[in-house]
Amino acid sequence: MEMAARKMKNHALTIYSITSLIIITIPLLHIIATTIINGVQSFTLEFFTSLPRPPGEEGGGIANAIQGTAILISLTMLFSIPPSLLTAIFLSEFPDSRFKNLIRLFNDTFMGTPSIVAGVFAYTLFVTKFGFSAIAGAFALSVLAIPMMVKTMEEAFKLVPIDIREAGLSLGIRHWKVVTGIVLRSAMPAIASGILLALARISGETAPLLFTAFGNPDFAGSVTEPVSALPLMIYVYATSPYPDWNRKAWSASLILMIAVLAINLITKYRLRRR
Amino acid sequence: MKDKIVVKNLNAWYGDLQVLKNINLTIIENKITAILGPSGCGKSTFIRCLNRLHELRHKARAEGEILLDGVNVFNMDPVEVRKKIGMVFQHPNPFPTMNIYDNVAIGLRLNGVKNKEAIDRAVEESLKVAALWDEVREKLNSSGTRLSGGQKQRLCIARAIATKPEILIFDEPTSALDPISAMKIEDLLIDLKERYTVIIVTHNIQQARRLSDYIAFFWMGELIEYGPNEKIFKNPKEEITREYLKGRVG
Ligand SMILES: Nc1ncnc2c1ncn2[C@@H]1O[C@H](COP(=O)(O)OP(=O)(O)OP(=O)(O)O)[C@@H](O)[C@H]1O
Ligand SMILES: [Mg+2]
Repeated sequence: MEMAARKMKNHALTIYSITSLIIITIPLLHIIATTIINGVQSFTLEFFTSLPRPPGEEGGGIANAIQGTAILISLTMLFSIPPSLLTAIFLSEFPDSRFKNLIRLFNDTFMGTPSIVAGVFAYTLFVTKFGFSAIAGAFALSVLAIPMMVKTMEEAFKLVPIDIREAGLSLGIRHWKVVTGIVLRSAMPAIASGILLALARISGETAPLLFTAFGNPDFAGSVTEPVSALPLMIYVYATSPYPDWNRKAWSASLILMIAVLAINLITKYRLRRR
Repeated sequence: MKDKIVVKNLNAWYGDLQVLKNINLTIIENKITAILGPSGCGKSTFIRCLNRLHELRHKARAEGEILLDGVNVFNMDPVEVRKKIGMVFQHPNPFPTMNIYDNVAIGLRLNGVKNKEAIDRAVEESLKVAALWDEVREKLNSSGTRLSGGQKQRLCIARAIATKPEILIFDEPTSALDPISAMKIEDLLIDLKERYTVIIVTHNIQQARRLSDYIAFFWMGELIEYGPNEKIFKNPKEEITREYLKGRVG
């Protein structure tokens, strides 16, 4: 009797889990499928290599957005990795203090910041003085990336056993060199994953770029000029009345999706290999 | 017979817990000294005081004198102390993301040695001394974490040797190993004493008997008895030592 009841409960739970799984995955699969079906339509060499044409004219591509995203991501890495790394080292490798707790509180608060706020922040700091630019865009993205990176990097350092640090120190190596030459190297796979995941997260951000990087129908000549970016371009093209542009927005979405998926797979693979 | 390390009135604490009580002990050059005693009696704490790792733990502190070649280590730069005292840990801990070569070379590199040939030579020689060279010479580029437990431990010994210390401390180096790997390490230790002053922590009584020239018996934070191997085993002064060596306590 009791046995049967337990079996029933078990079954009910299994059915419930499977149903939930289906409910969650169907919309996700739907989004992926729609993006692929609509996206591949305009996948041509021209699409990747040439600049956009005015609406109404057939052809043209999104090379400027691809260039822009590449610039923005590179600059963001430049702006966010060094300070994140130093902060994470400070948080994990130096003695506890009240200052450290303050930094953690600060970091957690920043992590909850809506991305549009990061954009406004960069706008008031840079754009009001120097105008729209790739630098301002990357700065806004860095404001979003740094808290994530600090968190994952600190975790990465904490995962390195204390034994490793003591083994380094016992060789007569100075603390700072043990940290940079041994602990950092030991934490590197996890740090790299953290960086990639943060970049994957921010590479799809549109809001902070709207009034910082702004967008550019042409290639950007330098980092002080406005640049286009895939999410920006998707935003503009998807909301436009031109069917051709709508199709291109799907294709750009597909590119972004593939890129993010690739990053996630790389990190997974790397993590598993450890 | 030179006194290499002279410990005078050493006391050590973790917070309010005193784990070493007034230790006085002299460690002789080019001999193997075994630190013997039950779990928790302060063996690890004692050797970690010698190379000043103890003080890095949370709320840990130590008082007294440890004279290394006549100089109190508490007045020295800890980095200089550790250059003279190499250490091998209980669990083999090669640096995980480094290959075998780098594991041995890293101590020299981070201490500023740039000469590639000098490093090559030191790596080869250290691996030879650690009796690992023949097993790894073909795969110096592969990860140190893929070796067997005993090989990893010998890699750690090579790593400690490479920076040319004068003293080698082993904290239960064989307790995580199978008997055959453990025997290899024991043989190695006996070879090592020609060049180094060796201190080995163990709670394996037979191991202490086989290996050591001198034995220090610790009990609840105190040094109960210290002397040459034969004397401690044949004719211990203290009742508690006798009981422990017979396996009745601890
Ligand atoms: N980090 C620490 N904080 C507080 N107490 C500690 C710490 N490390 C060790 N102790 C305590 O200090 C005492 C001595 O520890 P120690 O590690 O020196 O013993 P041991 O003789 O090496 O034991 P074992 O044979 O188990 O390794 C023990 O009572 C232990 O609980
Ligand atoms: Mg111990």
